[in-house]
Amino acid sequence: MGTPYGGFGVFALFLLFLPLAVTNDYYLNILIFIGIHSIIAMGLDLLMGYTGQISLGHAAFFGLGGYISGILTAKWGWTALAGLPFAILGVGLIAWIIGVPTLKLHGHYLAMATLGFGMIVFIFFNELVPLTGGPSGLTGIEGVSVLGFAFDSDLKYYYLVASALLLSLLLSINIVRSRVGRALRAIHGSEVASSVLGVNVARFKVAIFVLSAVYAALAGWLYAHYITFLSPSSFGFLFSVKLVTMVVIGSLGSIWGGIFGAALLTSLPEFLFVFEKYETTVFGLILILVMIFMPRGLLRGIEDMVLRVLESRVKGEGSKG
Amino acid sequence: MSLDQQILQYLITGVTVGSIYALIGMGFNIIYNSTEIINFAQGEFVMLGGLFTVTGIRVLHLPLPFAALMAVMAVALIAILFDVVAIRPLKDASSITLIIITIGASIFLRGIASILWGKEPYPIPAFSGEDPIPFFGAVIQPQSLWVMGITVLIVLGLRQFFNRTIIGKAMLASAFQPKAARLVGIDTRFMTLISFGLSGFVGAAAGIVIAPISMAQYDIGIMIGLKGFCAAIIGGLGNFWGVVLGGVALGVLESLGAGLISSGYKDAIAFGILLIMLFFRPQGILGKGKGDRV
Repeated sequence: MGTPYGGFGVFALFLLFLPLAVTNDYYLNILIFIGIHSIIAMGLDLLMGYTGQISLGHAAFFGLGGYISGILTAKWGWTALAGLPFAILGVGLIAWIIGVPTLKLHGHYLAMATLGFGMIVFIFFNELVPLTGGPSGLTGIEGVSVLGFAFDSDLKYYYLVASALLLSLLLSINIVRSRVGRALRAIHGSEVASSVLGVNVARFKVAIFVLSAVYAALAGWLYAHYITFLSPSSFGFLFSVKLVTMVVIGSLGSIWGGIFGAALLTSLPEFLFVFEKYETTVFGLILILVMIFMPRGLLRGIEDMVLRVLESRVKGEGSKG
Repeated sequence: MSLDQQILQYLITGVTVGSIYALIGMGFNIIYNSTEIINFAQGEFVMLGGLFTVTGIRVLHLPLPFAALMAVMAVALIAILFDVVAIRPLKDASSITLIIITIGASIFLRGIASILWGKEPYPIPAFSGEDPIPFFGAVIQPQSLWVMGITVLIVLGLRQFFNRTIIGKAMLASAFQPKAARLVGIDTRFMTLISFGLSGFVGAAAGIVIAPISMAQYDIGIMIGLKGFCAAIIGGLGNFWGVVLGGVALGVLESLGAGLISSGYKDAIAFGILLIMLFFRPQGILGKGKGDRV
């Protein structure tokens, strides 16, 4: 296995030149959303794919990241950049507080606890009207500007999101290749075995949960200051399920899989207008089918299929000769 | 109304809603006991129960009892189909896979329902009129009595089924020790199938009796399903009487909280209790501690 940095370099160049091929602002806008979703999916994959834990509440961290910074700019006149560390640290802290007791749970209990947490946060987004604006939404969120340079066009914002995506990607690649990454995979294999081998299972699980929440917070911050309006309905249970779907489709335990899943699920509804009415139905169907037929995800499933075909062809030629 | 009477009123509402939570929690328990799967699609069975009854009454012009019967049969069939198509092929899958599958089924069923029935809420007439019955200064809706009565009937019926019939006992056996059960000739796959059917039946029944109070709509499944799960967790997952206790306790706390504190945060109370239970006493009030299996 070679180093993944070659792939990273190619991907960075691809992101750099992609806007040359995409001249339409509408498509650029979709690319921005794909980038934002990719960041969350990548973080969630560290938790689900590598560590084998599940979260049905990541929409809440995404929303919290957006709301914390959004409220600071809209209600107290902060700049977006000043809001960023608060969004990240605030969400990290919340994730840590909730993560310590939650990650002692396993399987269904863990799923339900993260779901319950997500629901509570969603209810607060709706009910804390003086802060969040309630169901009608939070308006007046500032755009992003750094040292007088305003990211005020879709193209500029695209490069901001692309940089954030590349940074998160680099971090993920390094984590996965490090001692920590091996510990996480050991936990996925067997928590008992890895704790016997001296891996501090509880600490690693909480740490990776917090990190994945921080990815979501960064994405939430990018989202809030791009559309400059937040409404609770974007951060409900269905969005958490959509995030899980992205990771599952992309292939659990593959960093690139998260980006692939995010790109697929974000762009599909935009291109197939018929899809819109049936969106959730199709998501449900995709989840069931992928889990039954390609439990390793779509990317790997296709890879496996190609390998199988190639193998049988090689065998066929061998028998002829 | 004095404060006492108000509180009595909240209690009545709480016990009514709590009975429904108990029934739904019972549905979770039946499947959990035979497969150790938490069926995230449980709430959708409740939703489908109500909507099939609507179709029976409005489209097929059936009298209510027949419409209800048709609805529970249809939902039980869907639940069985779900087992055969999506659960059985993955017998040894990891819990994360099974969670994702049942979530997939849940949003799939909801999506289909929104296509078939549309997104508007449908009323179902109360089973026996809507004249409130005075009760120590508070009032009881006749439908509340139906809800409580049918819950008691189903709970007692299930108890008889598991304790007195061969199939019920075989189901308990295959849940307790699948390998041993197979050795004595019990078809555990068939028992799983029955448990899905039974769970669909109980869920649909809950959806039908509550529909005159809260209407039938395509998206009620998530929330009410989660509340049922809360009930099961409070009482101890898999515990028969625990879920009844848990459901009623949850319903009463929610109703008191909504009435005395804030109605907007009503659902947050249920999830708050869920988190507290999961963090501090995941085996539930009546459950006994059980070591993790490696």
